[in-house]
Amino acid sequence: MSRNDVLVSADWAQEHIGAPGIVFVEVDEDTSAYDKGHIEGAVKLDWRTDLQDPLRRDFIDREQFEQLLSERGISNDDTVVLYGGNNNWFAAYAYWYFTLYGHQAVRLVDGGRKKWELDSRPLSTDAVSRPATQYQASEPDTSIRAFRDEVVAAIGEKNLVDVRSPDEFAGKLVAPAHLPQEGAQRPGHIPTAVNVPWSKAANEDGTFKSDEELAKLYAEAGLDTSKDTIAYCRIGERSSHTWFVLRELLGHQNVKNYDGSWTEYGSLVGVPIAKGA
Amino acid sequence: MCGAPKQGGALAGVDLSTQTVIQGQVWHDGAPVAGAYVRLLDSTDEFTAEVVTSPEGEFRFFAAPGEWKLRSLAPVGRGERVVTADVGLNETTVAIS
Repeated sequence: MSRNDVLVSADWAQEHIGAPGIVFVEVDEDTSAYDKGHIEGAVKLDWRTDLQDPLRRDFIDREQFEQLLSERGISNDDTVVLYGGNNNWFAAYAYWYFTLYGHQAVRLVDGGRKKWELDSRPLSTDAVSRPATQYQASEPDTSIRAFRDEVVAAIGEKNLVDVRSPDEFAGKLVAPAHLPQEGAQRPGHIPTAVNVPWSKAANEDGTFKSDEELAKLYAEAGLDTSKDTIAYCRIGERSSHTWFVLRELLGHQNVKNYDGSWTEYGSLVGVPIAKGA
Repeated sequence: MCGAPKQGGALAGVDLSTQTVIQGQVWHDGAPVAGAYVRLLDSTDEFTAEVVTSPEGEFRFFAAPGEWKLRSLAPVGRGERVVTADVGLNETTVAIS
């Protein structure tokens, strides 16, 4: 796996609008962004209403994922090119999600919606419809998804990477600062976790830093490449961004995303918590 | 959950006795800038959050008391402002030059 297999530039994306076998998919934190204008021909996935089970806190299951992609007109042979706002947080989340269900060809647009807008590239408000398909998903690949018990067991054993901002890591904030600071869970972080904010992996225009810069970043943070790694944030979207960097760009083996993240861990009874920088 | 709230508008439902709200507008050439990216950096210049301004050029953050930096990035240019926030409402303007 190398950068060219997983990441495409905005130029490449613009040149491939309408190309056969390529489906652009927008996934945003702000789910109304798509409606204001999207890459021509791109379909929308709503991370909340499409990708979460409506009742339990969990993903949609394999059959629901098959139904969703079939409805949106995505087939198993298509190259899915993901992009979104907020420096691709939720596009990276969708990338991880598509990988979990075994989609073969998935790419991220480097810089996502932000770079696209800053470059003043064209956006369309035309409705998009694609003919339905018969999508077949694989069983979820849990080698890339961490659950709470293995996170607790990983304390002091595996690399734990907390990718939230330093103030969230220290326990001063319990949510990213564009959201109200509420929630019953305890602030802080998982003991022995290192804090490498996701934002350190990105340039200001939302593109990823170079492989050399990224390798240096995690080496300096003390990530032991001989150990397995679990990344987490608050609800698992920013840590998807870091999971993408570690596994897909840098080629680290055995990297998992803990999507339960701080909203789960910080509410568990009896688990250890650390505070401060 | 984590859906980005709409920028601007009323502060209904926000408890200003506990929340530290930093909000304002991005301006350029005497007019508010819609669709500008505004990021909130902590006192060590580390990224904390980022929003996109509303059609009226508004942004809003929920932070903690202390010193923060606002940096705006838009196709028309960039601007920066340092703010010292207290619990309650802290209003400011970021000018893009």
